[in-house]
Amino acid sequence: MIHAAGGQAALKKRAGKGIIYILLTLASAALLFPLVYMVCNSFMESREVMKAYALLTGNSGISSDAKRLSIHLIPERVSLIQYYQALFRKPTFLVMFWNSVIVTVPIVVGQTLVSALAAYAFAKLRFPFRDQIFFLYIIVMMMPFQVTLVPQYITLRKLDLLGSHLAVILPGIFSTFGVFLLRQFMIRIPDEYSEAAKIDGAGHLRIFASIILPQCKGALASLAILVFADNWNMVEQPLIFLNNELMHPLSIFLSRINTSELGVAFACGILYLLPTLFVFLYGESYLIEGIQRSGIK
Amino acid sequence: MLALKGTAIKRKSPLQKGEALAWILFALPSLSGFALFFVIPFFMSLYYCFTEGISGTRFVGFRNFESLLKSESFLLAAKNTLIFNAVAVPLIMVLSLGFAMLLNTGIKGLPFYRSCFILPLVVPVASVILVWQILFNEHGALSQLFQLFGLPAVDWINSQWSVAVLVLLYTWKNCGYNMVLFLAGLNSIPREYYEAARIDGAGFWTCFTRITLPFLAPTGFFVLVLSFVNSLKVFRESYQLAGNYPDMHIYMLQNFMNNNFTNLNYQRLSSAAFLMFAIISLMVLVLFRLESRLGRDLE
Repeated sequence: MIHAAGGQAALKKRAGKGIIYILLTLASAALLFPLVYMVCNSFMESREVMKAYALLTGNSGISSDAKRLSIHLIPERVSLIQYYQALFRKPTFLVMFWNSVIVTVPIVVGQTLVSALAAYAFAKLRFPFRDQIFFLYIIVMMMPFQVTLVPQYITLRKLDLLGSHLAVILPGIFSTFGVFLLRQFMIRIPDEYSEAAKIDGAGHLRIFASIILPQCKGALASLAILVFADNWNMVEQPLIFLNNELMHPLSIFLSRINTSELGVAFACGILYLLPTLFVFLYGESYLIEGIQRSGIK
Repeated sequence: MLALKGTAIKRKSPLQKGEALAWILFALPSLSGFALFFVIPFFMSLYYCFTEGISGTRFVGFRNFESLLKSESFLLAAKNTLIFNAVAVPLIMVLSLGFAMLLNTGIKGLPFYRSCFILPLVVPVASVILVWQILFNEHGALSQLFQLFGLPAVDWINSQWSVAVLVLLYTWKNCGYNMVLFLAGLNSIPREYYEAARIDGAGFWTCFTRITLPFLAPTGFFVLVLSFVNSLKVFRESYQLAGNYPDMHIYMLQNFMNNNFTNLNYQRLSSAAFLMFAIISLMVLVLFRLESRLGRDLE
């Protein structure tokens, strides 16, 4: 009797496990679907893409099956023509890609550097109004870009930086997110080592460089990844501060290319997300740790 | 004054020596950038809120706020933002907690499933937005599915349904971040509590409401604040999906402000920005207050 009940419970448990696996697999499939779709379509010939999605461009008179937009995953013929076109026949694509790079890289390096220094001050030093200023940092961090739009515009105009990439880079470097995240890490580093070094005559710069930073390697990596992912995808700032469309990053360019040059759009999208994909594959564990730490007060 | 304060602090540890100057060295780059790009110009734009004219010379009191609150486009944007928040925030909270709990059942393949959830976080929306446009086009896959059941085709992105599409996009992008936070919270609950409760005959629901929820409250509050803050940043996704002039149902406060910027209407823009700043700060403050009170009750 007891035996039968135990067997039934085990069966129920296994059924429950099965349902959990099914749910998680379905959710994962849904989450990955857009990516898989892009990859599959990027290996189609431009002609096939144009035919399948003619309705998107408003040019529906091409063929009879253009009356609807079906999910289209398997290429009729696998081809690299889209990638070839994007990389060698569309100079604007490479220009925009380069724009994304020269905006994102300085922000990642600059914000990490400035934030590491400031986070040390906020976590380990005392100064007047320290906690009040840090509170202000958090408030500003939470604001959507549009709230700080006018203030930033005023400063950038005064500095005569509007229309240059610096107009996008500088505010990005001084974003307060990095200070917040790194302080969360540094505040948990025990003071004993630093105090010992201090007694041996080390200055704060030495302590920072040889004790704090080495313990924060993971934190710096996770900050760099989060800042990279955020700014590689930047939309609002260039839209407002850069009038010249040739200076826009890929994020803005792509939403325009989607309809006008559909034949290469899928490959462009894939090329655009490749850097973030590499960063993700390389640093997923840092990313997870960074997210978790952002939640600890 | 500074030096006086320095000497007033009692010597607590060797670390505090020589700090009077050290903090300047470390914090100055960040503080000066913060002042330059946020604090000082913030007060300058505050000045715009109460003036009139292109150079902002005439003082008009609260008239800018009055006309803002009467402006139909502002009210529409505020209403849409509110609706989006009211739908997206609870939905993403429930989904991310639900999936975190599923992942926390000790299943195999946790790293794989977790990766699937986090990946959208780093994938730029612009690179996959085409898929959304194909799925939710008037003649797209979803409409075809509808027609299969005899329902009319819908132009999802350019109708009242655009909110739903945007909510979906927001959830796709942000669910992973919240889920990782919830997973960490769930992991910190001692397993013995559940075992003890189960021996006492408690079912799933009792365990959930008596153990999981109370222990998860601090994480939950943080995720709530984060979801709220992130949902106000949804302009990015909305722009990618529908451009500068989206359907009126997803015309959000951010669209309102971007448009006023292109019209060079700084007074209206500053007033709206200030109002938003005040409301967001207030809401975040209330949430944190609520949390600390709840935390005290739990103890």
